[in-house]
Amino acid sequence: MSTSVAFEKAKAEDRAALVGYLPAGFPSVEGSIEALTTMVEAGCDIIEIGLPYSDPVMDGPTIQDAVQQALDGGVRVDDVFRVVEAVAATGVPTLVMTSWNPIERRGVDRFAQQLQDAGGAGLITPDITPDFAPEWIEAADARDLDKVFLVAPSSTDERIAMTTAQCRGFVYATAVMGVTGARAKTSELAAPLVARTRQTTDLPVGVGLGVSNGAQAAEMAAYADGVIVGSAFVRTLLDNRSDEQAALKALAHLTEDLAAGVRAR
Amino acid sequence: MTTHIHETTSYDADELGWFGGEAEGFGGRFMPEALMKALIELDEAWQQAKADPEFVKEFDAILRDYANLPSPLYHATRLSEQLGVRILLKREDLNHTGAHKIRNVLGQALLTKRMGKTRVIAETGAGQHGVASATAAAYFGLDCTVYMGKVDTDRQALNVARMRLLGAEVVPVPSGSGTLKDAINEALRDWVASVDHTAYLFGTAAGPHPFPTLVRDIVRGIGDEARAQSLEQFGGLPNAVVAAVGGGSNAIGLFTAFLDDKDVEIHGFEAGGDGFETGRHAATIQANDPGVLHGARTYVLQDEDGQTIESHSISAGLDYPGVGPQHAWLAKSGRASYTSITDKEAMDAFALLSRSEGIIPAIESAHAIAGAIKIAPEIKERHGEGATILINLSGRGDKDMGTAIDYFGLGESK
Repeated sequence: MSTSVAFEKAKAEDRAALVGYLPAGFPSVEGSIEALTTMVEAGCDIIEIGLPYSDPVMDGPTIQDAVQQALDGGVRVDDVFRVVEAVAATGVPTLVMTSWNPIERRGVDRFAQQLQDAGGAGLITPDITPDFAPEWIEAADARDLDKVFLVAPSSTDERIAMTTAQCRGFVYATAVMGVTGARAKTSELAAPLVARTRQTTDLPVGVGLGVSNGAQAAEMAAYADGVIVGSAFVRTLLDNRSDEQAALKALAHLTEDLAAGVRAR
Repeated sequence: MTTHIHETTSYDADELGWFGGEAEGFGGRFMPEALMKALIELDEAWQQAKADPEFVKEFDAILRDYANLPSPLYHATRLSEQLGVRILLKREDLNHTGAHKIRNVLGQALLTKRMGKTRVIAETGAGQHGVASATAAAYFGLDCTVYMGKVDTDRQALNVARMRLLGAEVVPVPSGSGTLKDAINEALRDWVASVDHTAYLFGTAAGPHPFPTLVRDIVRGIGDEARAQSLEQFGGLPNAVVAAVGGGSNAIGLFTAFLDDKDVEIHGFEAGGDGFETGRHAATIQANDPGVLHGARTYVLQDEDGQTIESHSISAGLDYPGVGPQHAWLAKSGRASYTSITDKEAMDAFALLSRSEGIIPAIESAHAIAGAIKIAPEIKERHGEGATILINLSGRGDKDMGTAIDYFGLGESK
């Protein structure tokens, strides 16, 4: 199911959509399914599942920690599809967020087919841009999968137009110049970037990088169609790693706070 | 003697950084959108700089007056006698800071000044590129941060001290395997956040476009000098040019000037570690598995899920699971041939050069010496008496004495 369904629903309710991220295999494959399901039940409208990769460039220290744990635990690409299948079964649009090489290694077309077979909505590709992704664009177009590319505060208007022209589902606007990680204050760079992005497309615009609580989510929901949260969820699991029930409870609590935030614009 | 940084060959990349074209070739620019503007600006700035005679003149003057270049081309007579071919050594070990790497950092730092940026960052494995970067930063008065894997800062304390003495901040990187590839990841993360005032001095001719081209242009002086010296001192071109290949900067620096000399054989030697068949090596081209690592499509040591596999070599400078994309293309197109040299073969050559010529090479360069030893009989057979092999002696071995002491048992017995 395309993410556009979730964005339409949120729009009809006059709010932003909440997009939640966790890497597959963290704290374990089963554990990540349980955590993501909890996030869906507590109010996430869209789920992003991270594919753990040995050499991530865009991940900050928190997500790197989690990804390393997942890799140390032996997570495989096939496990990621298993997690996608379980989460997509809840009825919430489910994307995979991944570095490029695992896709290339498996074969772009085969990867796209397996993603579709698992019920995945599409891909978020943070370390590749449309001008270097013709194979993925073709494979996604053939299957109507979402293609979510990123725009950044440093992007020229020309590159934003080139990027949004290739997106399906939504456009991912990175709110800060920097890697992932919860920040005390959301960036002043986000709103102007969203405005510049809207001038090139009618697609929803999701804003990510740095959101850690409901107040920040509300701030972003004022100008964005989607609020994307990753590190804060990972942090919650890392902080409660010794107690699984407490972790899930904290995760639900954070989701509810954020879900209230996206409704408070 | 001037550097030929503005010259081109038949093996250059296209405008998007593809060596050999997008469909069949290698390179490209696989990077987050956040860095695209900076990479495009860097490319444009370099195109302008290398076409500016004032820039070229200034670069030449710095290389001459500060880095002690051009480096000599030396006829290693005793080694030549032993091998039955004429061996010429390009003495990059005599450069300021002891390796070819000073060329790269001085060129990139000069470009940084021209672009009006005030800070440089760099990754380093054993610390050689870090020391060179800190040196260039001190020379130009730039702030400098060097990322180095935690495992490497622990085992290369002397280079960490050098960088700090030169005024650089050294940041140990504990993530991943705590080695070079993780230092690159961390430097890229810094750059995503600091790109408006910071230049990334990439340590080798790899990474996203324009780095493979930019670094190649800057270090091609190795081959430009060697080619002119060979003609002037020895009356002709060598029959073969030989270099060690890790990321590939010293090798591409030598090879470039000879790429369009069709009669000159080109041989690269990768680090074979415990032996290619053991799987514990850094022979990326020999492994022949294309992928995308650190911004370029190239050959990558990886598992079936595309996760990078750790490389192994006695030489820290060759211990990298990727390789510059132009080498990948030179291999695929058949212009150059690449094979591997085991740790043992390299250390034998390390000792041989020390004893036969009074030159202690870097272990990286010892791989090239070992490679030349290996191909000497066939070169002689193909090209007859007086056949000549030109080897890039890319660095000196002072930094490797700890390894040598352990390997050969050179310390006092207790």
